[in-house]
Amino acid sequence: MSTLPAILHPELLADDGADSIVRDGRRLDHAEGASKPLRSRPEPQPRGAKVHGNRPIDQAEAAARFIAAPEHEKMHDERLWDLRQKRDREMYGIAEWEELRSLASAIKEHTLTHLDQYLEEFEANARSNGIHVHWARDAAEHNQIVHGILKDHGAKSLIKSKSMLTEECGFRHYMASVGIEVIETDLGERIQQLDNEDPSHVVVPAVHKLRTDVAEVFARTIGTDSANSDVHYLAEAQREATRPLILAADAGMTGCNFAVAETGGVTVCTNEGNADLSANVPKLHIAAIGIEKIIPRIEHLAVFVRLLSRSALGSPITQYTSHFRGPREGGEMHFVLVDNGRSARLGMEEFWTSLKCIRCGACMNTCPVYRRSGGLSYGATYSGPIGLIIDPTFNAHKYSNLPFASTLNGSCSNVCPVKINIHEQIYAWRRVLVERHETPLAKRIEMKAAGELLSRPAAYRAAIAAADVALAHLPRFVIYNGLNAWGRHREVPHPPKQTFHSWYQANRGEKK
Amino acid sequence: MSSRDDILASVRANLPRVDRPLPTVPLFDDHPPASLLEAFKKSLHQMGGIFLDPPASGDTLAPVRAKIASAKIVCSTAPEIAGNRDITGVGVPQDLADVDFAIVRASFAVAETGSVLLTEADLQVNAVAYLAQHLIVLLDPADVVVNLHHAYRRPEFRARHYASFHTGPSATADIEGVLIHGAQGARSLSVMPMARLPAPTDANRTLGRAAI
Repeated sequence: MSTLPAILHPELLADDGADSIVRDGRRLDHAEGASKPLRSRPEPQPRGAKVHGNRPIDQAEAAARFIAAPEHEKMHDERLWDLRQKRDREMYGIAEWEELRSLASAIKEHTLTHLDQYLEEFEANARSNGIHVHWARDAAEHNQIVHGILKDHGAKSLIKSKSMLTEECGFRHYMASVGIEVIETDLGERIQQLDNEDPSHVVVPAVHKLRTDVAEVFARTIGTDSANSDVHYLAEAQREATRPLILAADAGMTGCNFAVAETGGVTVCTNEGNADLSANVPKLHIAAIGIEKIIPRIEHLAVFVRLLSRSALGSPITQYTSHFRGPREGGEMHFVLVDNGRSARLGMEEFWTSLKCIRCGACMNTCPVYRRSGGLSYGATYSGPIGLIIDPTFNAHKYSNLPFASTLNGSCSNVCPVKINIHEQIYAWRRVLVERHETPLAKRIEMKAAGELLSRPAAYRAAIAAADVALAHLPRFVIYNGLNAWGRHREVPHPPKQTFHSWYQANRGEKK
Repeated sequence: MSSRDDILASVRANLPRVDRPLPTVPLFDDHPPASLLEAFKKSLHQMGGIFLDPPASGDTLAPVRAKIASAKIVCSTAPEIAGNRDITGVGVPQDLADVDFAIVRASFAVAETGSVLLTEADLQVNAVAYLAQHLIVLLDPADVVVNLHHAYRRPEFRARHYASFHTGPSATADIEGVLIHGAQGARSLSVMPMARLPAPTDANRTLGRAAI
């Protein structure tokens, strides 16, 4: 149990509940809804990590800019901590919670260790239901396959629901290059698309933005009043602007939360009903499916659906949990099964269980580093703790700094609904990256020196005694400078007058 | 090699060599609530849905008629109440864009979460449940299961091409956590408890009851 307070930044509490929906005298907080009314003050939005080709992302640099925008940092911290608390509330309401986590983990591990069989079963059943099944080795092949399907139908516009897999594939960017208009239909994802920014969180893509940021984006793109940042006004304006695009779209696309081998069908969870609009309004429905999304049987859905939204948002279930098992009359359905590094990850002894992830974001909501640095600081598709262990599998050089953006407190592992040992994998990645020399020179020299020192007790004791003496007498500018990361945001503790070893020798050593 | 064979070969080459048996999933139904319908109602309210209590007058449909009284276009797929837009005449889903209220019957409901299941058999045109501004769902009080484990034992998931749990209305809080009803789909979802008409040819009824 955490000792953090129910509200981290009381100054954000709105004095009136003007934004709230109240029923039977109770303020509703289902879906992503905050459990208390919050208000921020306008402030320019800090942007994410600077990406320079294949150069390692400097997460700390982007995080420092996020922290330097206190309204953004506080609101982000507060909202995610609130989701974590809502998750706990739901957890305590279910006696079998820990059993469900164990079951979810066991089902996923079983499936992953028999993944070839379940993929074949899924494919055969989907085909017999009249679904076209495609296989894509990587992002480029996924994009080409979807483009091919759209071209066959003469489709020029595509409405879609949120999918981390399509983010991974750079799908929107590719579609723009071939002249197909993609319209994201999740509100948060649409905000990010209109602002030409990546989603910063797997479940709440625009959680790093304040209402005034959204007002600015919408004023620029869909013609709202730039002075009006009322959230109900903004959401309604977006609904009205998107509805005609939904009605006119040539094709629809969704992601996939769970793919059931036994039925050959996929399950998609949303709060907005936007996946159902995308799949049910146009004639053509394409679903992008990561190969790790497979589960064996329908009854297993119960375990995962009970855990997913409770872990993600502290809401008992998403507003819509939809099961697609075949095309509707006169319609056409395509599944694209995508590998994109997953089968290789399956062979990584220390890291294959990261494939159990169901993308709930609970690890992000609880992470003190993520909450205070914002998802865009990671400069990668996946941010937060799960990102630290997935991103390096895509590019160990570019994302070599990410596994160091953690305090290793283990909270991520504790809240993970499928029991991924996230913090242990973060630590293991540090070791792997050091072995592969993917860490910056300064960090390598420090670690090499520390390693030698720690392996020689006498030298260690001498160094500690010398450091304590030095810390007590050095002027501040020597300790608090740009080279010493430990002195950057904190006061270095007062050095003890005596080391433990010398105290022990003096007080206990002779009494042996 | 095809991409399919490539991927499957890569999966096989990389399968972790560990023994992970498939666990048995219990039904977790040892402590059911005293009333499934009351538990459903409570869960539905938590999720932003509205439960229409049957009036004392005995005129079960009165709350539904009150809701649609000022609506211009009502589309009903339930035999209990007629609308003014015939869904059987709908050529493409886009024809339903102007519907104010849709009225449908749920295949069944889940007490644990406050969800109702709607399939293509209930909806006739799937999109009606999302394009309509408001949704009214008729639910037979006998069609409530205790939790999702029981729900996924139902036959709809094997028999239907489309089956969707609706739990309250379309919602979002993507901007500063402020809850909005009617993000993209229905702005409200109301559930009216009402026994099914005794129609032996009712496909849903046959399907629902036969396999339990």
